[in-house]
Amino acid sequence: MTSDDIEADGSGAPVGRRIVLGMLGLGAAGVAVGAGLQSQVNRALAPIGGIIPAAGGFRYYSVVGDVPPRGERDYRLTVGGLAERPRTFTLADLRALPQTRLTRDFQCVTGWRVEDVAWAGVALPDLLDAVGVADGATAVRFRSFDGEYTESLTLSQARRRDVLVATEMLGKPVTHDHGGPVRLYVAPMYGYKSLKWLGGIELTRRVVPGYWERRGYDVDAWVGRSNGRSDEAT
Amino acid sequence: MKRPERRLRRFTRAELAVHHATAALMIICLVTAACLYVPEIAAAVGRRGPIKTLHVVAGLALPLPVLLGWASRAFREDVRLLNRFGRRDRDWLRGRPAAPGKFNAGQKLNAAFVAGAILVMFGTGVMLTWPGPWPDRLRTGATFVHDWLTIAILVMFLGHLWFAMRDRGALAGITTGTVDARWAARHHPAWDAVRKH
Repeated sequence: MTSDDIEADGSGAPVGRRIVLGMLGLGAAGVAVGAGLQSQVNRALAPIGGIIPAAGGFRYYSVVGDVPPRGERDYRLTVGGLAERPRTFTLADLRALPQTRLTRDFQCVTGWRVEDVAWAGVALPDLLDAVGVADGATAVRFRSFDGEYTESLTLSQARRRDVLVATEMLGKPVTHDHGGPVRLYVAPMYGYKSLKWLGGIELTRRVVPGYWERRGYDVDAWVGRSNGRSDEAT
Repeated sequence: MKRPERRLRRFTRAELAVHHATAALMIICLVTAACLYVPEIAAAVGRRGPIKTLHVVAGLALPLPVLLGWASRAFREDVRLLNRFGRRDRDWLRGRPAAPGKFNAGQKLNAAFVAGAILVMFGTGVMLTWPGPWPDRLRTGATFVHDWLTIAILVMFLGHLWFAMRDRGALAGITTGTVDARWAARHHPAWDAVRKH
């Protein structure tokens, strides 16, 4: 203990500073090589992917507190605006329309991607044909029955066969947490276009930017060609 | 008659303010992170827009308490003491009998980790908040670092609370700013305030 008695408090090597600088170095290295590491981690943790959030798979995003669940009895999709025959669809009405199936990736603008997701539902062009597009309509606006979230597409984007009013996902009805019973799936665009809890579709004269687009995201959300990202197309 | 216990001033108001403001911002960051990130909590809480804003604002503010604290001489002296590791810290870390100064080696390691973690989380957080200039590879790398360091921070945070809860003397020091002189003599014998006492 004699050395302690002699040594003044605060003498010694600047280890604290070295730790801080070391962490900064490790952090920078992690940013540089983390993309590769993360995909290895994803593969290694795939069997327990549901347990660790960082291990891939879907993440739950909602912009409101809670969304009232809707089902067979109380779900309604209203399609109006510049439509020739505005009408309201029940789930049974949607099932009576021609059904489209496609299996495509889901890419989030924050970086995560879920590969080979099987979707089924009504292709948006088929739904638009069912109501008829009136003169003057150049865009389609979508409303979530969460009361807050909106999105839109140009009319030509909305006429693509890989834009779906989806009622099935991964072989089962779309669950509430994934935006069920009916959500949008815009295959070629980032996930924020694929609005959850679809409650209304409106044909409009022009594109009205959606929830995240008013907060800085690109209105044309092509995967790999927007938001400064270069992801592989879905 | 029982003698009133003698108290030593361990922290000034400025030092306490730096600690409490940093702790409050860190707790806001951790709670909002859980709401944004853990699927079950995210599903129950929702409100992604305002929670994201709160997380970003608290994160950006996280370095401020220390920067403002630099105006305090007492705080600068604490940083100097926390930075230096001497013979007594090596003994303490090896579990040998040691006579710590104002801070023991565990407290010093915690302080260095917190400082480093705040800087790395600040840097990667800025990259994620304003991703414009960065290619995807670096954005994913920043996400990787931000995600995994969060888990390390949570572990350190819980450990820090655990040690504080188990030591009433230390807890009194960080809440009231003063400590019992006998506690200080036992746990921090080489602290100048004890030596002069």
